[in-house]
Amino acid sequence: MGISPVLWEFLTKWLTTSPVWPREASTIAPWTDALYIFLWLMTVFGVVLVGALLFTFAVRYRKERHPVAVQIEGSTLLEATWTIIPLGIFLFIFVWGAWLYFRIYNPPADAMQVYVVGKQWMWKAEHPGGQHEINALHVPTGRPVQLTMISQDVFHSYSIPAFRVKREVIPGRYSTVWFNATEPGVYHLFCTQYCGTLHSGMIGEITAMRPEDYEKWTKESTSGMSLAQNGERLFASLGCNSCHSGNAAAAGPNLAGVYGSKIKMDDGSEQLATDGWLRDTILNPSQHVPLGYKPIMPTYQGQISEEGLIDLVEYIKQLKNNYRIQQTLNTAKAEDVAPVTPDQKVTP
Amino acid sequence: MSTIVSLPDQTTAALPKRTYINNEHGILSWLLTADHKRIAMLYLVSITFFFFVGGFFAGMVRLELLTPAGDLMAADTYNKMFTMHGIVMIFLFLVPSVPATLGNFLIPIMIGAKDLAFPKINLLSWYLYMIGGIFVLTTLVLGGVDTGWTFTTPLSTHYLNTHVVTTATAIFIAGFSSIFTGLNFIVTIHRMRAPGMTWFRLPLFVWSNYAASVLMVLGTPVLAIAIVLVALERTIGIGVFDPTKGGDPLLFQHLFWFYSHPAVYIMILPGFGVISEVISTFSRKRVFGYTAVAFSSVAIAVFGFFVWAHHMFIMGVSNYSALVFSLLTMLVAVPSAIKIFNWSFTMQKGSITFETPMLYAFGFIGLFTIGGLTGVFLGALGMDVMLTETYFVVAHFHFVMVGGMLMAFLAGIHFWWPKLTGRMYPESVSKLAAIITFVGFILTFFPQFVVGYLGMPRRYHAYPPEFQVLNVLSTAGATVLGVGYMLPLLYLAWSLKYGAIAGNNPWQATGLEWQIQSPPLTENFLETPIVDHEAYDYEWLERKTERELQYVG
Repeated sequence: MGISPVLWEFLTKWLTTSPVWPREASTIAPWTDALYIFLWLMTVFGVVLVGALLFTFAVRYRKERHPVAVQIEGSTLLEATWTIIPLGIFLFIFVWGAWLYFRIYNPPADAMQVYVVGKQWMWKAEHPGGQHEINALHVPTGRPVQLTMISQDVFHSYSIPAFRVKREVIPGRYSTVWFNATEPGVYHLFCTQYCGTLHSGMIGEITAMRPEDYEKWTKESTSGMSLAQNGERLFASLGCNSCHSGNAAAAGPNLAGVYGSKIKMDDGSEQLATDGWLRDTILNPSQHVPLGYKPIMPTYQGQISEEGLIDLVEYIKQLKNNYRIQQTLNTAKAEDVAPVTPDQKVTP
Repeated sequence: MSTIVSLPDQTTAALPKRTYINNEHGILSWLLTADHKRIAMLYLVSITFFFFVGGFFAGMVRLELLTPAGDLMAADTYNKMFTMHGIVMIFLFLVPSVPATLGNFLIPIMIGAKDLAFPKINLLSWYLYMIGGIFVLTTLVLGGVDTGWTFTTPLSTHYLNTHVVTTATAIFIAGFSSIFTGLNFIVTIHRMRAPGMTWFRLPLFVWSNYAASVLMVLGTPVLAIAIVLVALERTIGIGVFDPTKGGDPLLFQHLFWFYSHPAVYIMILPGFGVISEVISTFSRKRVFGYTAVAFSSVAIAVFGFFVWAHHMFIMGVSNYSALVFSLLTMLVAVPSAIKIFNWSFTMQKGSITFETPMLYAFGFIGLFTIGGLTGVFLGALGMDVMLTETYFVVAHFHFVMVGGMLMAFLAGIHFWWPKLTGRMYPESVSKLAAIITFVGFILTFFPQFVVGYLGMPRRYHAYPPEFQVLNVLSTAGATVLGVGYMLPLLYLAWSLKYGAIAGNNPWQATGLEWQIQSPPLTENFLETPIVDHEAYDYEWLERKTERELQYVG
């Protein structure tokens, strides 16, 4: 009797091509795997313990061997034991999990920035140096990369299993995630939050490259305009410069050096100028009026695309010294800024 | 193998002349009944129907996932399949499963009452449930809905053209059914206990249904609010969840999970109650540490309300609130661990027999242990980042809901079948079904843990080919599982006519429900029982049996 060809194919497939463990390709992956293995050991221990108890009791105290039950009320000592020991284990796991979470979500200060816009059903990646990608992301190995992400429509979720990272991509709000790729290779990118018809088509490829290959890739793939340069043009064309001219007497505050600083508001509070804060001031200026200014800025809600907002944010982030608006339409060569590592930091 | 079953002599035995079943005749006597037992049977028939509807959708989902490409049905159709699977199984099967059927039938009898406190509201609950169910079926006929059972905004409010409002109405109405059932149980358990039936003499089945009822009454209104807001946002655009109108898209998830996390305890707690009864009866022993088991149900109900944001760890909630919710999640795992150990030790020094309900209870304990411990994976913050929204989560909650709750439901149905119908189910085929269910279950859902850690996202219509082997295993398991669920449907139906006459107390169990005739009278008791013993007092039962023998002799 021969083995069925379908079964044969299935078995060979099983033995040759079916992974049971994801690739470890980021600095965080071994840490996540360590906790995962520990948790499985705990589970196996728990199941074996409970299984052994059930099995032993079922065999020893089955009716044939033990015809009359002995009534036992309970045992405070035993019950305290199996309250406190699991509690201890779970608290230990809590601490370990929390430590890992903070490690996953707190980016190192020197991470390079990439922006991601999610929409039904594609991922757009925008590098500050002007490289634009769809359903793909190229990153160098050995260097922390932070993604600042936003959704144009519904909730999405940016998941790279080989890096063990995932973050929800939310409409109307920046969220961030970072990783440091260790192994060059091509990895899956999945949208893991159900987002409508082609949810399972909202996938892509993460290409991790050696730094020198990455350098080459950035040079070959740039659109010729950095995000900041795009932002500069947008800044002028929207007329932002008429108030935010950098002049001390202007109707709007000087934007140089604003990013990462604390700003006094007219309601007496202090607000930290982060990426998300800058985006929100453009869309809801009346919520963010700095001390000493009038709430005269109109809202730009619905007038600028998420990509445009990213360009503006990136432009404002680059403004360090006092700027003259005449420079606005000067365009430098894109290569000068690509790839960009912002040296401004969010200092609390 | 020895057995505890003691049936009356089948040559002379007959069903009692007057029972709740033959008390009145005609379809109207069922549709207008206020008898809790008849309403329980109405529920049993309707939830069984919806279980197989939901099971059909699950089958379609698994069939599509047999191959990596989305080749069996269109993406939209697939999305509707898993959405309808979730909605039908959760709102129309799991939530009412044990409380509305077994709870409805048994709680009044277990506490020595003639009926629930509000018999007509009880009937209203069933009608609301059925109206909800009809709305769901209407949605189906109109073309379905593809929001996922979680109705995530703004997808559900702005981006889908399917029948979201109809489905929302269904859930809103079915929610009230659940609220009324919970309310009825709470009042009944507080006010209608027989003389001598103190709180700590209540069977643990009553305690766990009480805890679940509190959750139903306090949690379900929040779901109703959330779902109304979705409908309003969709129809007139009030902007509560719409960021362009100043709304907060995450707010919906807070509201939704504020119900839907406690809802998993609504689903599982009554199952815990069933397991306590079954393990005690087939070990001939009182439940080890009765008080701890009773209070762990209450603890789960209380903590269960403060862990909802653990569904949102990657959603950009603040790191510090994530810490709090993770810590509370760890705490809610402890009472479940206590229960598992108390059940295990109930068997110690018992006199154990292995009838079908006991086999299901063993299955429950094993699978619920895995389901519970994998919940700890998801409660650990850093681990959740990798696991959430993947098949690991799918596997985890199916271990709890199907491996745990459905096993408990089947344990309960088999255990009380003689009381419900007066007839025994066939023992060997039902043991076979229990084993098939267990094997099929493991084969279906264990590979999903593996494929989840590989990163396969949930709700995917098509997936990368390297995940195929694990998905084929899962689909194969689902086929076995399907057989395991069809069998009870067939042999239980068969037993209605051909099953052995059960007599009052085939299991020699101690609950008040076993001291009356099977099936019970409409009034349950001829005279109000006076309770002078603890729950699970097998010595009391022996003395009582001896007395009766002397009296008869």
